[in-house]
Amino acid sequence: MADSSVTHGHGAHGEDQNLWDGAKEPMKASYGKLMMWYFLVSDAFTFAGFLIAYGALRFSSPTWPEPDFVFASFPFVKAHWPLVFVTFMTFVLIFSSVTMVRAVQEGHRENRRGVVFWMFLTILGGATFLGSQAYEWTTLIKYENVSLERNPFGRYIADGELVDASGKPVLENGAPVVVKKDDSYLLHGHEHDGKIELEKKYIKYTSGTYAGQVQEVGQGPKAFGALFFFITGLHGFHVFSGVLFLTIIMLNAMSGLYVSRKNGYEMVEKIGLYWHFVDLVWVFVFLVFYLL
Amino acid sequence: MAGHQTYEEQKQLVFYGLKLLAVITIVEVAFALFAKGHISPSITFGKDGGFGQALYMLAMVGASVYKAYFIVFYFMHMAHEVRGLVLSVLLPTTLLIWAIIAFFQEGGSWGSRREQIKEKNLEVVQPAPKPQGYILPGTYNG
Repeated sequence: MADSSVTHGHGAHGEDQNLWDGAKEPMKASYGKLMMWYFLVSDAFTFAGFLIAYGALRFSSPTWPEPDFVFASFPFVKAHWPLVFVTFMTFVLIFSSVTMVRAVQEGHRENRRGVVFWMFLTILGGATFLGSQAYEWTTLIKYENVSLERNPFGRYIADGELVDASGKPVLENGAPVVVKKDDSYLLHGHEHDGKIELEKKYIKYTSGTYAGQVQEVGQGPKAFGALFFFITGLHGFHVFSGVLFLTIIMLNAMSGLYVSRKNGYEMVEKIGLYWHFVDLVWVFVFLVFYLL
Repeated sequence: MAGHQTYEEQKQLVFYGLKLLAVITIVEVAFALFAKGHISPSITFGKDGGFGQALYMLAMVGASVYKAYFIVFYFMHMAHEVRGLVLSVLLPTTLLIWAIIAFFQEGGSWGSRREQIKEKNLEVVQPAPKPQGYILPGTYNG
């Protein structure tokens, strides 16, 4: 009597017993898929926290660097092409998301070759995105001298005229350089004794609270660099780990491991959820950093 | 699971999704460049710091939320999950609405009081008179 009540805790109720044995899936989704969904919810909150912090700091700053001025470089081209390269990166992620959906669909049909083919394309897309991000970071760090604590990108807070350290107007083609409120600038840097030094620029304001005064044109809001590298870095890390897991699962699929499981390549479906989430986060990173 | 769709229907959905996301992204970027004066230098409502910029931002957020909805519901098959799963994933994210309101309010208030904060940081306060050591006389060295 005592024995049976231990082994069949709910022996008297057939249905309950089935529940405890895992016969019924809660919410008609497997354990792995459910847990992936809830992991993604928590991850969404991590990213949302970072992006909201970006917004709060941006609101707290008198000026903020203009994205279409900051993100305007393109590989092999010496041109100012605002947002073109990040649009390319967005397309790479969209394409890899689409190939991922195809891989999941082929998995449902138990088509091993299809799964491997589409997963391979997805991995290629992820790797391309990572390479593009490496280019973007290199440009910012090496050539534009942005770091976690240094931000040479800024915008003038009022109209004015550029002057030198002694207060004499800077001339360009014989005419003084006039700048307007909200115009963007980049302080060029050079290396000096192994340290980066930013150029000194001075402005004589002709409007606003400081009208008539000469002031140094300082760095832009310093939080910009830290926010950019942490948030795009965290996203890039997700892409990187996604590529890693996609590769492992593709190799497993190739080896025929999932054929014997006969569950419609559920592993591919789970990594698919993760991969789409990475694309989803990019939608908002793209919005916050590049579009607004 | 998309078990009740035929294979051809599923494939069609994928290419529809590709077209949809591509078109929205192109329109977003083109609109951003237009609103910030890169196409016609006289049009700069996207960065005027006022009502125009607010509308511009709202449109951009709307387009992004729609993209997110499409990815979650059709690429991640949320549309075919049971109601309980959908709600348990989507309801918690509504907490973010308050997070956005609260933190943006905080940031804005900080931004509008920067001068005051600077003044307060520089303020010199008269030091308080030295306590007399009334508990044990002569033991206070502060």
